[in-house]
Amino acid sequence: MKACLIVDDSRVVRSVARGIVRELGFETAEAADGAAALAACEACMPDVVLLDWNMPVMNGLEFLYALRNRPDGARPKVVFCTSENGLPHIEQALAAGADEYIMKPFDKDIVETKFSMIGVL
Amino acid sequence: MSPLDFAYLADLLKQRSGLILTPDKEYLLESRLRPLIRSRGLTDFREFVSALRTGDRSLANDVVEAMTTNETSFFRDIKPFQLVRNVVLPALLAARTGTRQLRIWCAACSTGQEPYSLAMVLDDERARLDAWTWQIVATDIAPSVLTKAQNGLYSQFEVQRGLPTPMLLKHFAKAGDSWQLKDEIRRKVMFRTVNLLDDLRGLGRFDLIFLRNVLIYFDPDTKRAILDKVSHQLAADGFLFLGGAETVIGVTEAFEPVPDQRGIYRPTGATPIPPIMSKTAPPGLAGARA
Repeated sequence: MKACLIVDDSRVVRSVARGIVRELGFETAEAADGAAALAACEACMPDVVLLDWNMPVMNGLEFLYALRNRPDGARPKVVFCTSENGLPHIEQALAAGADEYIMKPFDKDIVETKFSMIGVL
Repeated sequence: MSPLDFAYLADLLKQRSGLILTPDKEYLLESRLRPLIRSRGLTDFREFVSALRTGDRSLANDVVEAMTTNETSFFRDIKPFQLVRNVVLPALLAARTGTRQLRIWCAACSTGQEPYSLAMVLDDERARLDAWTWQIVATDIAPSVLTKAQNGLYSQFEVQRGLPTPMLLKHFAKAGDSWQLKDEIRRKVMFRTVNLLDDLRGLGRFDLIFLRNVLIYFDPDTKRAILDKVSHQLAADGFLFLGGAETVIGVTEAFEPVPDQRGIYRPTGATPIPPIMSKTAPPGLAGARA
């Protein structure tokens, strides 16, 4: 079974996302900020990360930079899932190595479509 | 709704659009026509059907429009668009070197996501299509969806259903909370109101026809009639795409399936596609190539 790490500081959003990605056949892990997400990746690298942008401690973009610069070369898929829906944010995310971008609000249909596009479904 | 009123509405839909409404779909009539009944200041189906019986063509058109299913999304099902890029385009480019022209028809295009997806695929192939002329004609029975299609303005939800983010960045501009398709793609698609039950000859001849998820709503005789008409609009070496749940087998002999390529059909007797072109490229709408 593939693994998805859900990174969001909102417990409610994590809960909704958890329901969706489990329905899509993933096992899930969760983190409430970028630093916790890096630690989670260190312990067990997921196949895909569903990543919020604005979080305390370390935001989503900082997490992505750190993830993409790991010396072990691990390259899980990363899908931003954020209320930042302006072009500059989307461009910045893709340039930093995000594979896809979801603008909140989201539903199962959107997550499923994006996961299919990046080949994790 | 009385059985007589249901029968009248079902017959009207069949005659005007070919849509088949079985009695178990009465709920669909109820849910989709109630707003129309209210908007006309009528109180119930009895009054509504009485108004239709007076020969109110505008009201009859509204009924057809309300009952038409407009489910669509960008790159719906993905595979057909990969096949266009990797199988159909190479074959047509090889076959049309003399004219360097391609015409594509999207029938029942709804709010435009399908023809615009095709336009984005072709735009992405602009290096191969340099010095070529190509046009997409997109038709639907419902004028209101075509208005939306022509505007090319889509909600955040709509652009996230099927459209890879790199393509969103490349072909759309943010317009408030919505996304506006850029003119360079919009102007490649010409929209027209067309009822598939009518004479289709005015549309001209096409190299590729998308007729996806339309035939499922018709009875066998109507399917055959439409496919036979469509066959006259397709070049002898052209390509027809149907939806995943649709087929020509047992319906018409005008088309035959392309071996190993689900959903693609060609006029019977068309020259086979050279083997090298019939290989399917890897998954992901070359998504990443945008």
